[in-house]
Amino acid sequence: MDLLASAVLHALRLLLTGDAETWQITLLSLRVSLTATAISVLVGVPLGTWLALVRFPGRGLLLALVNTGMGMPPVVAGLVITILLWRTGPLGQLRLLYTPTAIIIAQVVLSLPVVIGLTVAAIQQLNPRLRLQILALGATRWQYLALLVREARLPLLAAVMAGFGAVISEVGAAMMVGGNIQGQTRVLTTATVLETSKGNFDLALALGLILLALVYAVNLTLTWIQQRGRPL
Amino acid sequence: MSDQAPPSGPLVALRGVQVRRGGRVVLDVPALDVWPGDVLAVVGPNGAGKSTLLQVMAALLAPDRGRVWFAGQQVDARRNPVAVRRRLAVVFQEPLLFDTSVFDNVASGLRLRGVPGQELRARVTVWLERLGIAALARRPARTLSGGEARRTSLARALVLEPELLLLDEPFAALDYPTRQALLGELPGLLAAARTTTVLVTHDPYEALAVARRAVALREGRIVAEGPVRAVLGAAGLELGPLLAPEVK
Repeated sequence: MDLLASAVLHALRLLLTGDAETWQITLLSLRVSLTATAISVLVGVPLGTWLALVRFPGRGLLLALVNTGMGMPPVVAGLVITILLWRTGPLGQLRLLYTPTAIIIAQVVLSLPVVIGLTVAAIQQLNPRLRLQILALGATRWQYLALLVREARLPLLAAVMAGFGAVISEVGAAMMVGGNIQGQTRVLTTATVLETSKGNFDLALALGLILLALVYAVNLTLTWIQQRGRPL
Repeated sequence: MSDQAPPSGPLVALRGVQVRRGGRVVLDVPALDVWPGDVLAVVGPNGAGKSTLLQVMAALLAPDRGRVWFAGQQVDARRNPVAVRRRLAVVFQEPLLFDTSVFDNVASGLRLRGVPGQELRARVTVWLERLGIAALARRPARTLSGGEARRTSLARALVLEPELLLLDEPFAALDYPTRQALLGELPGLLAAARTTTVLVTHDPYEALAVARRAVALREGRIVAEGPVRAVLGAAGLELGPLLAPEVK
C-alpha cells in the first residue's frame, strides 16, 4: 500500500509540477494513439459497413481474416512492421523506423481489424427491414449508408473505444517499431516497462496511473457522447 | 413486351409482372392498375404475395418479368428508383422508427429530399397535430407505445404528401382499442392528404373501413378484383377458411 500511495503522489507531482518529460511522453502517447484510432475509424467504418452489406464469393474468408486480426499479438504486428520499415526492407527508403509515425502504422494495423469487425457486427444487428424503410423514404445510396451508420452509432462508438483501447495499452509493437527513444518515441507503456526493468517501481506505477487516467478520460468522453439523452 | 406503350391514366400500372423466389413464382400479375384517388385494398391470406406486390409498386423490388409504370414513366427498381420512391411513401408492418426524436423521425423523409428548415418545421408540425402526437415531438422514438409509434410512422409517410401511399398491414400487432382508433381516423387522414392509397391487409374489416376497391390475392395470383364488398364476398368463399382465424 505504501508503494501505491507513493506512486499516486509521485504521479500527481510529475503532472502538477509540469515535469517536462512526463508531459512529453503523455502527450505523445495521446497523439499517437488518437491518430491511429482516427485513421482506423475513417478506414474501418466504411470498410466494415461495406462488408456488412454486400455478398460476394470469399466474403466469409475475409471476415474470418478480420476477426483473426482482432486478436493479433502486438509483437507480431511490430515484427512485420519492423521488417517492412527496416533500412534494407521494402519500405526502408521512407526512413520511418523508430519514429512516432512507425508507432502509428503499427497501431493502425492493430486497431483497424477491431474497428472493421465491430462495425460489421454493429451494422448487421440493425433490423434488416429498417434498410428497406430507409430506401422507401427515398434515400440515395450515400444517404442510405449515412443513416445506417447513424442508427448503429452506439455500437460504433463501442468500436471506437475498443480500437483506442487496443492501441493505447499495447507495448510490444510500440517498443519494436518505436525503439523507446527518450524524447522521440517514448510513450507511456514503453516508459513504464523501462522504469520497471530499472527497479523504479514508484515511477513505473506513476506512469501506469497516468496511462489509466488517460484511458479513463478518453473513454469517459466517448461514453458521454454515446449515452447522452438516453433514458435508463 | 419491349414495344409496349405506357398505359395512360393509371397512377401505377403493372403488366405481366412475375416475381420468383427459389425457382417458385410468388407473384404473377398479368395486369393491375391503381387509379389516381383510388383507395385500393390488397387482401389475402399470409404468403399470398401481398407484401411482394407492394414492394414492386414501391420500386423496392424489381420483378423478374414484366413492367411497372408510375405516372406514365417506366420504373426500373435496379437502376433509377430514387426519383420514383420520392413520389411515394411506404408504411410497413413494424413502425421501423429511427433512434431519434419523434419530430426528427417525422422529418426524416423531408430532410432526405432537402426540404428547407422553415417549410420542414411547418409541415411536420401540421402532421404531428393531425396524428395527435404533437405533445410527443421531443420524445425519443424508442420510448413510444405501440400506438404512438404507429402514429409516428404514419405521420412520417403522410408529411411527404406522396402521390401514392403504400400501407403494408400498418395495424398488425396493435391492441384492439388502438387499432380501432387508428382505423377510425385513417379515412379522414387519407382525405386530408389527398393521396392515392394501397392498403395491404389480411383483415377484411380493415379493407371495408378504408378502401373503395379491392384486389384479392392467393398464391401470388389475383383471384378477385372490384368493389371491396364484392371482392370480399367473392373471395371470402375461397379465402374464408384462411381469413377466418385472423378476423377479430
